[in-house]
Amino acid sequence: MNAKHTIPFLERQSYRRRRLIDTIRTLPVIGGVLWAVPLLWRQSESADVVMTSDAIIYIFSVWLLLVVGGGWFARSLKRSDAEETERER
Amino acid sequence: MGTLNILVGVCLIYVAFLFLVAFAAERAALEGKGAWLRSPLIYTLSLSIYCTAWTFYGAVGYAARSGLEYLTIYIGPSLVMIGWWWLLRKLVRIGRSQRITSIADLISSRYGKSNLLAVGVTVLAVIGTTPYIALQLQSVTVSFDVFSSAYGAELTDAAQGSNALLVAAGLALFTIIFGTRNLDVNERHHGVVMAVAVEAIVKLLALTAVGIFVVWGLAGGVGDTLARIDASEIGQWQMRGDRWATLIFLSGAAFLCLPRMFQVMVVENEDEDHLRTASWAFPAYLMVMSLFVVPIAVVGLDLLPPGSNPDFFVLTVPLATGNDALAMLSFLGGFSSATSMVIVAALALSTMVSNHIVMPIWLSTQSGGASVSGDVRHVVLLSRRISIAAVVFLGYLYFRLSGGGTALASIGLVSFAGVAQFLPVLVGGIFWRGATRTGAFVGLSVGFVIWAYTLLLPSFGAGTLVSESMLANGPLGLGWLRPQAFFGISGMDPLVHAIFWSILLNTMSFFVASLVGFPSPLERLQGAQFVNVYEHSSTPQSWGGSLAQTEDLMVMAQRIIGAREAQNLFEREAKRQGMSGLLPEPSPDFLQRLERELAGSVGAATAHAMIGQIVGGASVSVEDLMAVADETAQMMEYSSKLEAKSEEQARTARQLRQANEKLTLISEQKDSFLSQVSHELRTPMTSIRAFSEILRDSDRLTENEKIKYSSIIHDEALRLTRLLDDLLDLSVLESGRVNLNMQSGSLKGILDHAVSSALTGAGADKMRVVRNDQQEDLMLHTDLDRLSQVFINLIGNAQKYCDATAPKLRIEVGRANAALVVDFIDNGSGIPKTEQAVIFEKFSRTGEQKVKGAGLGLAICREIMTRLEGSVEYLPGQGGAAFRVTLPEQVAMAAQ
Repeated sequence: MNAKHTIPFLERQSYRRRRLIDTIRTLPVIGGVLWAVPLLWRQSESADVVMTSDAIIYIFSVWLLLVVGGGWFARSLKRSDAEETERER
Repeated sequence: MGTLNILVGVCLIYVAFLFLVAFAAERAALEGKGAWLRSPLIYTLSLSIYCTAWTFYGAVGYAARSGLEYLTIYIGPSLVMIGWWWLLRKLVRIGRSQRITSIADLISSRYGKSNLLAVGVTVLAVIGTTPYIALQLQSVTVSFDVFSSAYGAELTDAAQGSNALLVAAGLALFTIIFGTRNLDVNERHHGVVMAVAVEAIVKLLALTAVGIFVVWGLAGGVGDTLARIDASEIGQWQMRGDRWATLIFLSGAAFLCLPRMFQVMVVENEDEDHLRTASWAFPAYLMVMSLFVVPIAVVGLDLLPPGSNPDFFVLTVPLATGNDALAMLSFLGGFSSATSMVIVAALALSTMVSNHIVMPIWLSTQSGGASVSGDVRHVVLLSRRISIAAVVFLGYLYFRLSGGGTALASIGLVSFAGVAQFLPVLVGGIFWRGATRTGAFVGLSVGFVIWAYTLLLPSFGAGTLVSESMLANGPLGLGWLRPQAFFGISGMDPLVHAIFWSILLNTMSFFVASLVGFPSPLERLQGAQFVNVYEHSSTPQSWGGSLAQTEDLMVMAQRIIGAREAQNLFEREAKRQGMSGLLPEPSPDFLQRLERELAGSVGAATAHAMIGQIVGGASVSVEDLMAVADETAQMMEYSSKLEAKSEEQARTARQLRQANEKLTLISEQKDSFLSQVSHELRTPMTSIRAFSEILRDSDRLTENEKIKYSSIIHDEALRLTRLLDDLLDLSVLESGRVNLNMQSGSLKGILDHAVSSALTGAGADKMRVVRNDQQEDLMLHTDLDRLSQVFINLIGNAQKYCDATAPKLRIEVGRANAALVVDFIDNGSGIPKTEQAVIFEKFSRTGEQKVKGAGLGLAICREIMTRLEGSVEYLPGQGGAAFRVTLPEQVAMAAQ
């Protein structure tokens, strides 16, 4: 009875881990796309131009997002690594 | 002028503090207490050498001139770090499993350990880095100048030059002291890394302090600052999209390829896990570093008179508002940025220059190849030290020759674009198995030629190295080759143009040449090892060797990693293989380990070549082939197991044969022992009988004859007694019934006594004894008489058997594997391999029996040393006969 319960549980664990790694892999892509957005902004000759202060706020928000996201996922990965080695014992 | 003096004082104290930190870190690491030295935090901070003085001072100037474009320099590396799972993780894993010492080493290793490629990368790295070092020297001297002119003391050009020289000399000294203290097989420098980490904190603190002062002290809060930014001349977003994208790519590429970044990121990495922390912590560091740049620039533009240099707003804003302490902190920040960059860059470049240029040249000038004797470590260290000094001096020279003006400021991006040319080869090498050496060579050459032609040469200004007509019309009137408008596509930004074409053509030629060419087996193996590093984290191909070569390997290893370390290594390996003595079997496993140890000192390509010279070429094992051809993996695995097994059996058989030979020899000796004893007893007995009969039977003997005959009888009786004494001694020792007379005494005293008593009676051929008083300055607690007996025997043997024309005996004392060892090494022809196994047996005498002696001496020595819990062994590979007496550590300890 017990064995039947644990096996799917383990698989879900390693499945989660693989998806977590996928997330970590995607993070730089998201960052690249978000930081490419300024390419679309109008240049200074045109009428409604983006102000530098708004640009600063946008770029640094992306930055903060990536740092916090990266930190969070790296930590969860470490936790899942630790659980993995725990189970192997 | 008073503040200036304080500045100089603060600077000196700061430098002294850095020396102290580095020294303490080295010590802690040496004593094994350095767990905190290997924390992810230190690793993250050490990465901050990316932020040089160019970013510390220059970013503000950059922002004042071109708005937010400066952010690209930080965004690129942030993306690379956030994407650690893609690239950095693999790079670090490869670096650790292959013992990579530099980026040149990595590229040469990947492409079949090609030294040509390593030399090329090294030269290009030096060309790319020298202007950058010059830039750092300039920033330190100019910031000093800014300070002094604020206090009305203008510095002359000569004073600036001497300042730069002083800084350069100091930095070279620091790097030499902490970068080349020893040859570490892992090539890690705790002192340097620690100092760099401290400097990282200082520059972060300095910039944020100035930023906080500007935002809340001068501009009046966040809202007001933002309003001020929008009202300034950089208040509107005006960015060329191509520059934005290209610069982000460029800085990311440079972050991976800069020799100094590679050094801290891959080579100094202690633990792969640190990357996990750095992946988000370093982008956070960069974010904070760039946060206050625009406010400082805007307030500086407002506050200071028009025309003042925006590059030094970080200094001049606090100075203009009378905030001297803050200005000083910011000066230290800039100083830290500059110095840490120069130190690590010099370290990284010197490793490359010494491993890939100096060492191969030096080795090829030595006749006899890799197996001549002599210590080579001092050569490696010396060449590192000279390389460091040369690299820093080159930077200084560039600074002086370029005149230090604005030409230097633009060199930062030029330098980035130069090293970014490594990227296709680097990334291609670790992700694509088909990349070949030819491809790498062609790609790098194309990339660098285009870089130099389109960016480096024009960067000195039109009309200096590139004529104006060439810029306008192309070389020889070929319009499509204009340096800033290839193929007639004009209107591109020159920097974007150069990077676009150089990287594009670099990648394409690398790809095409790789497709066309055919790689050597070694390249294919290395390719598989690098690309599939997670599956095969072992060293690449295996070596095959026979026992006879182990001695040559030992001779070579002693030269590179030092006699003591090499002997320890060989002894450990022999133990691991379950063999007694000092020479291990040259199993592929052992040879790989040896190659990696050597690679830490001289680089992978050189180490590989040196072992190849002795062992005679790599044999590609089935296991390695498996890595190349995955399709037939299963079959291969089976046969590789078979091969491994048969190899193991062959080795066991060889060991058994050895044991058998020894047993046969011993049994023969047992037989001959009896006949020897009877023979040894009979010869004196015969003469005693004969002469006593003469004395008894003849009456007409003169007094002289009587004396002569009876003294012969007496001598022979003495010889008998001596022989019996020896036999008795041996049997007592062997049966373990011996009483040890424990005493304390100095090793020097014992050796003095042993040398004088062993050499009494030696005539004209008396041997010269070379000793080292300092080494021998030790107190011992053991049976001194017995120990002295062993020494006398060994020295006496050397005197008797050494066949050199000018016999010489070296006595060396040292420590190995927690034991005290005394080596006796003479310069004769040594003991042949076949006899080494039996010299410690009873009645064994080497060579023809020209010297008198029963052959019990060494047997007694061995028994004595066993009783004293030590050993005496033959030490192979020393050039002559060499014996090692090993005493347990507590013998020396107990006496203290």
